[in-house]
Amino acid sequence: MSLYAIAPALPLHAAGKYVAGAYIVFVLVILIYVTIMAIRLGRTERALVELGRDIARREEAGGDAPGAPAELDLEGEAAHLSGASRGPGDSPL
Amino acid sequence: MPTYGKGLRGLSILTFATITVALILVFFYVPLDATQGFIQKIFYIHVPLAIVSLCGFVFGGVLAVMHLRTGDRRYDMRSYVAIHMALIFGVAALVAGSIWAKASWGHWWVWNDPTLVSYLIILLMFATYMPFRFSIEDPERQARYASVFAILGGAFVPLNFIAVRAAQQYVHPRVLTLTGSNLPGPMLLTFLVSLLGIALLYITLWKYEMAAKNARIQLRALRRRLLGDDDLSPLQRSAAPSL
Repeated sequence: MSLYAIAPALPLHAAGKYVAGAYIVFVLVILIYVTIMAIRLGRTERALVELGRDIARREEAGGDAPGAPAELDLEGEAAHLSGASRGPGDSPL
Repeated sequence: MPTYGKGLRGLSILTFATITVALILVFFYVPLDATQGFIQKIFYIHVPLAIVSLCGFVFGGVLAVMHLRTGDRRYDMRSYVAIHMALIFGVAALVAGSIWAKASWGHWWVWNDPTLVSYLIILLMFATYMPFRFSIEDPERQARYASVFAILGGAFVPLNFIAVRAAQQYVHPRVLTLTGSNLPGPMLLTFLVSLLGIALLYITLWKYEMAAKNARIQLRALRRRLLGDDDLSPLQRSAAPSL
């Protein structure tokens, strides 16, 4: 006979904390993952802003960036991605 | 380059809706198990997490085959993310299972059960995938060797499953068999909805991670194109694939 078969059912007040624990673990794992992803997204956003600043600095100095199209509008792109200039139904996703 | 964010919003909404329905079914619809009582509710999160994580390892292996066949490094990236996500789901399955074991059997872990131990072996094997990648500096070799690892690991999962099924001595209950399930209708329905929800969550997070990685790669490529190679800091050694 397996151990599972002889294990008695726990009363509701005792089983509740275990069930809650299992589901909380699941939610916590997902939350930790989303937090890590949010931190990485913030880093990517900062890198994008830094890139825009570098390009602006180069343009002010008078030198063209190698291979850069003159009409490249990074600020407009960043605003579009952040949703600032987004119209209804026009999702960056 | 493909855009992995396409359809992500719709998929996220679908995932959220499915998991919400699954939770409603688990706590308000499905009857209590005659033997286990309320504690059996863990079944609807633990088993789908374990199944999806094992499928994720196999999926990573299939993508690794594609990488070796085509030489396209994007498949290595996809395989890496598939295994990474499967590991996260696997850890959640293991912890949820341990909590259930403590409540049902009085022990956090039972070493004489082939199902538990084989799952732990698979999880530990894939846990070495990241350090293995990190140990190889050359990105080309890293991608190739990691693909071989992922294929061997992915092939080990079904072989392991068959071996465990053949075992005679076990503690773990056998609810799902090749000929069907031993679950009554409401329990089977709840289980299938939970499984669908967790599978959708895996796909959503896989796409989410791929979109994030793709965005970082595109940003770096754009920076290189606009500012030249001199302004780029060299790539740090990493377990993650670089294109």
